[in-house]
Amino acid sequence: MSTALATAEKGSSLWADAWIKLSRNHLALFGLAVVLTLCLVSLLTPWIAPYGYEQQNLMLGASPPSAEHWLGTDVFGRDMLTRIMYGGRVSLLVGFIATAVALLIGVLWGAVAGFVGGRVDTVMMRMVDILYALPFMIFIVLLMVVFGRNIFLLFFAIGAVEWLTMARIVRGQVMSLRRQEFVEAAHSLGLSQWAIIRRHIIPNTLGPVIVYTTLTIPSVMLLEAFLSFLGLGIQPPQSSWGLLINYGVETMEEYPWLLIFPGIALSLTLFALNFLGDGLRDALDPRASKD
Amino acid sequence: MLRFAAGRLLQAIPVLLVVITATFLLVHSAPGGPFSAEKAVPAEVIKALEAQYQLDQPLWKQYVSYLGDIVNGNFGPSFKYPGRSVNELIAAGLPITAELGLYAMLIAVLIGISAGVFASLRPNTLQDYVPMSAAMLGICMPSFLLGPLLVLIFGIYLEWLPVSGWGDIPGDKILPSITLGAAYAAYIARLSRGQMLEVLSQDYIRTARAKGLPEPLIVVKHALRGGLIPVVAFLGPAFAGLLGGSFVVETIFQIPGLGRFYVQAAFNRDYTMILGMTIFFASLIILFNLLSDMLAIWLNPKLRHGSGAAKP
Repeated sequence: MSTALATAEKGSSLWADAWIKLSRNHLALFGLAVVLTLCLVSLLTPWIAPYGYEQQNLMLGASPPSAEHWLGTDVFGRDMLTRIMYGGRVSLLVGFIATAVALLIGVLWGAVAGFVGGRVDTVMMRMVDILYALPFMIFIVLLMVVFGRNIFLLFFAIGAVEWLTMARIVRGQVMSLRRQEFVEAAHSLGLSQWAIIRRHIIPNTLGPVIVYTTLTIPSVMLLEAFLSFLGLGIQPPQSSWGLLINYGVETMEEYPWLLIFPGIALSLTLFALNFLGDGLRDALDPRASKD
Repeated sequence: MLRFAAGRLLQAIPVLLVVITATFLLVHSAPGGPFSAEKAVPAEVIKALEAQYQLDQPLWKQYVSYLGDIVNGNFGPSFKYPGRSVNELIAAGLPITAELGLYAMLIAVLIGISAGVFASLRPNTLQDYVPMSAAMLGICMPSFLLGPLLVLIFGIYLEWLPVSGWGDIPGDKILPSITLGAAYAAYIARLSRGQMLEVLSQDYIRTARAKGLPEPLIVVKHALRGGLIPVVAFLGPAFAGLLGGSFVVETIFQIPGLGRFYVQAAFNRDYTMILGMTIFFASLIILFNLLSDMLAIWLNPKLRHGSGAAKP
């Protein structure tokens, strides 16, 4: 609360402040750079991939990294760099779409609960509590078994798991904002409910939502890779990093690069997203100390 | 405390009922019966099988009788392994998975807390950066990558440790336990560092320092108790995560535990097995969440007398 006042005195917006803080955090900037590069590469993959996705070279077979194939080839002589690029598209897509599903459900649920309050809030949050207690990892495995291994179901299933925390964060934020003096002041000045939502509630809720969204993407990607590794996620001929790691493990004794490169791709991405999320949290959290 | 525990136990009953009902309906709404995937079987045989597993009854009758069985602790027969019951498979796998989970949890708690506390004592120095970077690496390196890499390095290249199995060769329990525990050690290290930093800046720590108490005593006796609260609250969810992690670790290291049975059952579409194990896992997870909540309350006197509504 006091920091909110301090921000007002200083006259710089939360976003300008946040950007300055973020740009001082080298790890977060590194994370941002990696994430942007990855998104760009994923978008352009069909045009910039060095080889075709299904292009085989059975004469070559599995070969270690070389000038022609920077990351080597798999047992069918397929270029690993190309396969990792295409796999990354799927991994990122699952990450973004499932997170979007979680975002949509979580924000709506939390905002309604926080706004309406009272008995509606109690019932809605009790439901979240109950769902929290359920073993979701196990439920996803169950869903994949029952409905077949469908990529759209995967988005839905993962998104359905991850919205709970988002709902709690948004509700908490909305509840506490409603009781703040500046919202009361806006009320007494005669602003309409919608104007308050637009002018005060949404901008002040955006920060935690962005932070949590950034942190949800890596956990979703991890979940997808986990399922694909077990053979319950992405199915061939589609490919994802989890699936590539799964193949890599089978032949790691003879051809370790088939495990190591997809592993690096996945870990680096998770690393970057986590650093970016942590940096954003430090930058956007109004409670964080100003130094 | 007792009232709280009793209340939470009572709350667990509707949760369990939701789990059982949802799982039951999901499994029974699956396209294709459990026997239809196999090669052509005479219709009479399928009929007989369905009668044997009561699949010819209306759904609500199956549900009621299944509920009755569960209350009696009977999860029914396995579709995949004829003549074996889900109970037998759980009884065979549980001790192994429990042992694996225990070692992993021990590694996670011991290494995690010591690394976190160690890092929090000198924030923003090398003593902080090194363990915390390692923790970040541990979080970003999923178990299905860490496990194979450990096998590659310690099992295949260095030949120090066995690459698979459980309790067959001495030392074969080390790599699976580390693989399963590493990510949780990393989380716990981050959690305990953050909380310790907060606790160490509290007034009562300043008072203790002003009284001239030696620093180790302050850390261990005064700060640690408060510093461990989020760690303890994390143990419940961590337990659920360990169960999920055991799917991967038991598959990689070919350990005949519950996780591997579950993944196999998922591949084979062994419906009764999935149903039974899901319900079993859910009960375990609910129980552990309850235990970790109670531990957190015992550690935090503020929660003990309040309504308990203040959830982080």
